[in-house]
Order: sequence, then structure tokens, then C-alpha cells
Amino acid sequence: MLQMKKVALALVLGSALAAHAEDIKVGIALDISGPFSALGAEARDGFDLAIDKLGGKLGGQPAEFLKTDFGGSPEQANQLVARYLQREKITFFTGPIGSNAALAVGPALFAAKVPYLSSNPGPSAYAGEKCSPWFFAQYQNDTYDEAAGKVANEKGYRNVVLIAPNYPAGKDHLNGFKRLYSGAVKDEIYTRLGQTDYAAEIAQIRSAQPDAVFFFLPGGMGINFVKQFVGGGLKDIPLIAPGFSADEDVIQAVGEPMLGVLNTAHWTHDLDIPANVEFVAAFRNKYDGRYPSVYAAMAYDSLMAMDAAVRDVAGKVEDREALLQALRKPSFKSVRGDFKYGVNNFPVQNYYLREVGKDAQGRLTNKLIGTTLEQHQDAYVGACKR
Amino acid sequence: MDFIFVFEQVLNGLGYGLMLFLIAAGLTLVFGIMDTMNLAHGSLYMAGAYIAARVHESSGSFAGAVLLAVLLTVVVAVVLEALIIRHLYRRDHLVQVLATFGIILIADDAVKAIWGVAPLLASTPAALAGPIEVFPGLPYPAYRLLLIAAGLLVALGLYALVHGTRIGMLVRAGASNRQMAEFMGVRVGAVFAFVFALGAALAALAGAMMAPISAVQIGMGEAILIPALVVIVIGGIGSIRGAFVAALLVGLVDTAGRAFLPPALRAVLPPALAAELGPALAGIAMYVLMAAVLALKPAGLFPARA
Repeated sequence: MLQMKKVALALVLGSALAAHAEDIKVGIALDISGPFSALGAEARDGFDLAIDKLGGKLGGQPAEFLKTDFGGSPEQANQLVARYLQREKITFFTGPIGSNAALAVGPALFAAKVPYLSSNPGPSAYAGEKCSPWFFAQYQNDTYDEAAGKVANEKGYRNVVLIAPNYPAGKDHLNGFKRLYSGAVKDEIYTRLGQTDYAAEIAQIRSAQPDAVFFFLPGGMGINFVKQFVGGGLKDIPLIAPGFSADEDVIQAVGEPMLGVLNTAHWTHDLDIPANVEFVAAFRNKYDGRYPSVYAAMAYDSLMAMDAAVRDVAGKVEDREALLQALRKPSFKSVRGDFKYGVNNFPVQNYYLREVGKDAQGRLTNKLIGTTLEQHQDAYVGACKR
Repeated sequence: MDFIFVFEQVLNGLGYGLMLFLIAAGLTLVFGIMDTMNLAHGSLYMAGAYIAARVHESSGSFAGAVLLAVLLTVVVAVVLEALIIRHLYRRDHLVQVLATFGIILIADDAVKAIWGVAPLLASTPAALAGPIEVFPGLPYPAYRLLLIAAGLLVALGLYALVHGTRIGMLVRAGASNRQMAEFMGVRVGAVFAFVFALGAALAALAGAMMAPISAVQIGMGEAILIPALVVIVIGGIGSIRGAFVAALLVGLVDTAGRAFLPPALRAVLPPALAAELGPALAGIAMYVLMAAVLALKPAGLFPARA
């Protein structure tokens, strides 16, 4: 209601000395303010690092990177994309954190034949019946939860309580968990979106006495939940989460109570792959020793994917069909390791188990435990007909 | 549904209700005595939370942070009263709503300018971060026990102030019949300013106490304003006793709705429907309570102007 201010910070990097037919412009919509602000800041840092590394170019061609905050609002994202398309005539689009913004801006981009390389959300609609050749995902939202369900099986948890906010994504994530989990669901709790006080839910969990609790509570909701969970004396009940609810931003905000939280993701900062080691070192060097989160890593990867595709078509981005072919067969070294796209342009890739522990300096962070799902594909690909 | 579960939910409801009371007490006095609709009351709550979170983080003293938050918020409120609110007393409600809504917008942007858009993370004082074994089998967060104790103490203090002191008598006189009080020589201007500052102090105290268990963010004042308005409507506008009873009712009903409704529905309905319906019904429980009270007693439970 009160979010009426638009702070547009268009930062122009690199000059457009255009010797070729089309200037390469990348439209980046950022969540610097709004509900996903902490995650948006992570993504921005990942983009900035990639732009530094690429020297402000894509595939060796001069490129322009337009970065604008849209405050997490789908309406503002729509206006921004309209401007990007009509005034700036962008070549690529990326940036939003929320699935709602991704779903809002997709149709206009696909109609304008602008590839949208999502740096974060992979909504089920775009993986299934509304799939588009112009949308490229980093992962499908539910796959994290599927991996978490398998972790629960492997740990031998037979009675699990599930908790998520009462909105479409919350239900998707719990359904994702139940897809591979084979034990009993002791209780399924839906909370108000944006709820900060979890006393009533924690009492329910205490009385249910589960083997473990699976929670999908992104951002501030998860921070409050874990603090109150431990404060309420439930720290002996193991917590499992999709990586979103236990990434670096949450870990640093919650502190010690996060120790031992199991979570799943398709990337982790201690993955021993040369491209990743280089990325993590550069990130920590640029940002005061902080570990990158998935949001930063995937923002970085998105620009690397664009860079490789532009190089593969020798800068001729106006040939959109050739550009799509190049994007579909990524020739860059991803920080997550090797992956390939399914027919819906959603990756077939590994998912890892991480546990919150301490690094050599005693800093709380996620540590890689092992691979949970190998070369896993999302559940919606069958519905993608085109 | 064992005894421990029910007892823990009663404690939860009590804690939430007492914090609601702190906010609603100020609101009901300002509305009841001055006949002024102050939507910006939530902004004072937000100010208290932000100041306490910041001071606690930088100084490490929780008690000092709460004290400073209350003092600074009262200073802000006194300035606000002198500059803006004072000129609204004799205007109609629409003008008051418009003006105080404007204050909300300004306050939110001021907070954004001073502390940024990202929510602050207020920590619980280290000594109270863990649980206390209330009785065997029920560890309960120590901080929430403090919340309940503080809420009860303030409620007692307020009762003594309103019913046992001269200024309290003037406040009650103003609430039950303002014009008559004026005729009897009560300096209403001074009473109004005092009531406004008192309301601000209570709101700031609630904000400072709630900061560690909620999110300190822009818009938190508007979010708490709605249940606070429900409380004063149920309790009867202008009545401290009504606000107290209504706040506890709302706190208990809201907690009970969240805790008992979904399992109860699951027992009688198919799981998918229960999962849809449970949270939705829990969310409207307090409004159902308000509607029921208004249907039986249109002026609220304890109307100040009987």
C-alpha cells in the first residue's frame, strides 16, 4: 500500500561503440527494496562481480548492463520490462527474485523474442504447460524440496511436520517435499504470509513430537521461526529445509541456532569445481570475506551464460534462432558443474545436501555433505508440449 | 490435545494480548477523550521498535534500550502533538484520518531514510534467549515470560494511575463527558497533551518489547494498528478496562484459532479442504469475535460513555 516510490538506479557500464548491427543490452531487474531485498542485494553482488570479470563486455563485444530496482512488485516489474523492451531494446533479461514477478514479466519478453535467463525462480508453470523456448531456468522451485524429502528418507525420519506460508508457492514447496518423502506427515501447518510470531505453531510441533521438521519460510519469516524454535527448547528436533530457507543471509541473521540445519540446493560454495573455486575466491575478495549465497552464484552464472552464447554466435545477436541454439547448449563452465537443459529449458543437474556448520575461522556457514539427487529432472517437464 | 499444549497456547495468547493492550490503551484514550482518530499511533510503535533494536545492538543493554526508546518516542510524540495533532481536535474525523495517514507516510519514509529499507534483526537479550522449564515437560521461552510479566505490571500501573490519582480522575472525566469536564474547569489542553504522551510511551514500550520476537520493519505499525482497532472497538472506545479485557480476548482467540482450528477441521473434513479452510478461518477469528460482540453490545463491552 505504501510502496509508492520508485527508485530507479540505471547504471551504465561500458560504452556502446557499436560496430555491429545490434547493441547488446542486458536488462537486469533488481529487488533492492521490497520483500526480497536481502536476496536482491545478494543477486546484485553476483551480477556486479560477473560484470567486473567480463570487463563490461559479453562475448568480447561491448555491452550495456542496465540495472534497475523494481521493489519486488510484479506491477513495477511489468512497467520496467515495458521500458526495457520499447526504449532500450534489450537483448537479454534477468534479475527478479520472486516467482510472482517472473510470471508477470514473462509473456511480454517471450512475445518480443528476448531470452529471459532467470537468475533465481523456476516457477512450475514455466516448466510445464506454459513453457517457452525463451525462458531459461537455474532450477525448478520444487526440486529443492524433492531433494529434502529424499534426505528425510535417508536419515530415517518417519514422522515429519511440514510448515510453510499459506500462499501458492508454500503449497508447491510442501507438495515437492511429499513427492519423494515416503514416511508419514504428522502435521501440515500453513501460517500467514509475513507472519513473525510462531509461538502457536511451535506449541503444535512440541505436542506432535515429530522426528524432524521441514520448513519452507523464506526471508524474515524463516529467521524468526528458527530463533523461536530454538528459544522454545525444541533444538533436539532436527530441521530440514530447502536451501532458500537456510542460505547465507538467513544463517548470518539467525546465528548459532542455525547449527545443524540440513538443507538442499543445486549449488554450494564449497563445491570443488575450478569455476566455482575461482568464483567463490573472487566473491569473498570483493565483499569482505562473506560467502556467496545461491542467489549470488546464479546471478553470476546467468551473465556467464549470456557471455558464452554471444561468443558462440560471434556477436550476431540479431539472429535470435542461432542465439537460442547457443543458449540451449551452454559452452561456459558453470559454478554448479556440468548440467544440460531438458526440453523445457530447465536444467537436469545434481542436488546436494548441505549442513550448517563452522568454517576454519569459526564462521557459521553451509558445508557440503554429499549428493542427494544425481542428474535430476523436474516433475513438470512432461507437461511441456511445444 | 494434552494439558501442556493447551497451557502453552494460553501463555502465548496472554503474551500477545498484553502487548496488544499496551498499544490499544493509548489509542482508546486518545480516541475516547480527545475524540481524535490517530492512525499514526502505529508509527510510534514502529519508532519504539527501531530505536530499541538499534540501541540494544550498539550498547548491548536491553533495559537501557527500552528506556531510551520510550523516552525518545515520547519526545517525538510531544513535538507531533504540538505541531499537528493539537490542530485536529476540533476538526471532523475525515480530516483527522487524512492528516494522521499523512503522518504514517512521512514516518515510513523517515525510517527508510534513517535506517534503510532492509528489516532490522533485533536480538533477544542473551540472558533470556533460552527456555525456562515452567513445569516438567514445558520449556517456555524466558523472554516471553518477561513479556507477560511486563504487560501485567504496566496494566496494573495504568489501572492505579487512572483510578487512583487526580490526573487519572481528570482523564476519566474527559472520557465520560468532555464538555462537562470543560465546564467544570478542567484544563483539557494539558490533559490531552498528557494523554497523548502517555499513549506514545505505551506504544513505544510495546514496540521495544515486541522487537526481538517480530520483524522490525517499515509498515509494522500499520500491521499492528488493525488488531489494536479491533481491540478498542470490542472493549468500548475510551475504556481502559475494556481495552484490557478485549486485548486478552483477541490475543486468546487469535492464538486459539491458529492452534486448535486446523487440527479440529482435519478431524471432520477431507485433508485438502481442511488445509485450505483452516488458516483462512484462523485469520478471521478475531473479526468474527468483533462482529459477535458488536451484535450483542453495539457500544462495546465496557463503554466509557454509558
